Amino acid sequence: MQKLPQNFETYDEARQKGFLRMKDLKDSGKRVIGTFCSYVPLELFYAADAVPVGLCASSEEPIPAAETVLPRNICPLIKASYGFALTDTCPYFYFSDLVIGETTCDGKKKMFELMNEIKETYVMQLPNGRDFKDAIPMWRNEIIRLKEKLEDFYQITITEDKIREAIKLKNRERDAIRNYLELGKLVPAALSGYELGTKIDAASFSFDIEERIRNFSERADEVLAYWEAERKGKTSDRPRLLVTGCPNMGVREKIIKTVEELGADCVVIDTCNGIRTQMDKVDENADDVYEALARKYLNITCSVMSPNAPRFEEMGRLMDEFHVDGVIEIILQACHTFAVESYNVKRFVTEQKGRPYLAIETDYSQADKGQIATRLGAFLEMLS
Amino acid sequence: MYFIGIDIGSTAAKVAVLNEDKSVYKEFVIPTGWSSKEAARQIAAALSAYSINVEESDGMPRNCRVVSTGYGREAVFFADKQVTEITCHARGAQALFGQEKAVSVIDVGGQDTKVILVENGMVSDFLMNDKCAAGTGKFIEVMANRLNVELSEVFDLAQKGTPIPISALCTVFAETEVISYIAEGRSREDIACGVIASVANKVATMCRRQRLADKLVLTGGLSANDYFASLLSERLGKPVTASSDGRFAGALGAALTAAKLG
Repeated sequence: MQKLPQNFETYDEARQKGFLRMKDLKDSGKRVIGTFCSYVPLELFYAADAVPVGLCASSEEPIPAAETVLPRNICPLIKASYGFALTDTCPYFYFSDLVIGETTCDGKKKMFELMNEIKETYVMQLPNGRDFKDAIPMWRNEIIRLKEKLEDFYQITITEDKIREAIKLKNRERDAIRNYLELGKLVPAALSGYELGTKIDAASFSFDIEERIRNFSERADEVLAYWEAERKGKTSDRPRLLVTGCPNMGVREKIIKTVEELGADCVVIDTCNGIRTQMDKVDENADDVYEALARKYLNITCSVMSPNAPRFEEMGRLMDEFHVDGVIEIILQACHTFAVESYNVKRFVTEQKGRPYLAIETDYSQADKGQIATRLGAFLEMLS
Repeated sequence: MYFIGIDIGSTAAKVAVLNEDKSVYKEFVIPTGWSSKEAARQIAAALSAYSINVEESDGMPRNCRVVSTGYGREAVFFADKQVTEITCHARGAQALFGQEKAVSVIDVGGQDTKVILVENGMVSDFLMNDKCAAGTGKFIEVMANRLNVELSEVFDLAQKGTPIPISALCTVFAETEVISYIAEGRSREDIACGVIASVANKVATMCRRQRLADKLVLTGGLSANDYFASLLSERLGKPVTASSDGRFAGALGAALTAAKLG
């Protein structure tokens, strides 16, 4: 039987429920692995009969605790994730057997060293780029090293057959999610960016992958039927936006919801918690499963990659296919890679694609809600 | 029918009233005070003295269209529409400073500063300062307090001084820096000069982050300040136009928007 945290009685009902649900899962014998950025090959966990759960946090609440250890001027996502770990208030971290991180940005990789003191945090060495000869072999080796770590940790053997099976399963899930996210291409818009985002988030905390696949497929059918019946052939003067930049779970209300209330549709969310990680599939027919995984994951277009040309190719394609009128980039405060890259994103969007661009730098607090609403309002007035 | 624009900023509330033919009938400004709702009520009262009824009352019909803007725009309970200050400053500046193909509007406000690129009468890009008072009127206000002079006097003093570098970007830390200069016995003129130079530097840096039009105009609270305009123009290598109407740019833009409502 798993133990609950010491302060469990003081938690509110929703949090208590989260803890009890995770406790049940663990008591049933399930292996749980906490993960951070999107470069971790999730297939290995399914092959190890474990469920991965994302630990990137989106709440302001644990930040003061984190700031007793971490400097103030790093990104809120890193502070919140560490703060939850430090205060035993996140059931997913608390019940993870092991935490897996990658050397993505500087803040995260140094935070992992400290997190390791709270719970074993295994860090994959991610190459800084993908345009050099050894990038794929490097990442492939790291994937094999992770497999060996899991075998050692759980005292199991992860066979290539199990990995192939997991690749097919994850690909099916990617198809279902992409199929749902691509409903954003419909004109006029069929669903809100707020829904797209919340649904992906909710799915990341459901541990039955078959159920998730079913869920996304059913919702996609429902939305399409609604669009065919109610929206098809109608016109809309609501501008269509692409949202890019940092993961935005923690600022979705403040930015995506607000801009949609002001009269726009966020039709595509080009971030790691949006379509960015769902586009490519893993080659199911490759002889070398590790190389196949390395190729898919290393192609993810986070700004930690240098140089990062695929991000712009991908964004251009999404802008065309989703009929995008303007781009909003969300930069979490002190996220250096996205902040620096935003200069090129602005040039790409305005000069090459001829569309307006707005960058918003923010954190998880509500202090700038009004200022952000003004910027978003002005941006929409520009588009109208 | 009058077309009215009301721009409630953090420090001052500006009102522009246009006649039916869009000529300016009245412009006035009141301090925003502690509540933008209260400021809106005062404006309604002031307008009624000009026989403008913002609401129908006692059988007197409403004889205006009203657009509100600025950070207190939601408090204007009698507005037909709210439009952001970015769009309004752009429209107002375009009307005030001629019909060039492209104008960059530099608006130094009490709590925020914006740089707006207007092309063919439309906003095509804008930047605003983030969560920080550096480069805004607030910065000058805080330092004026510290030097024990009125806001307007800071500029007079500054023109007589040679700038002392103020390196802190944060207003609170910059104030500490100023206090240490005072303790060292530096002259008020030199400190004031450093303060204004620091604001001009910060605003100029913001301008350079954006494609700038050849025509640069100053709006907002410092818009009538030739000295500040000249400091900016030195730093940007382009003439910056100052004008006493500049502070009404937002209100005028709002009033012109009201005229479009019909």
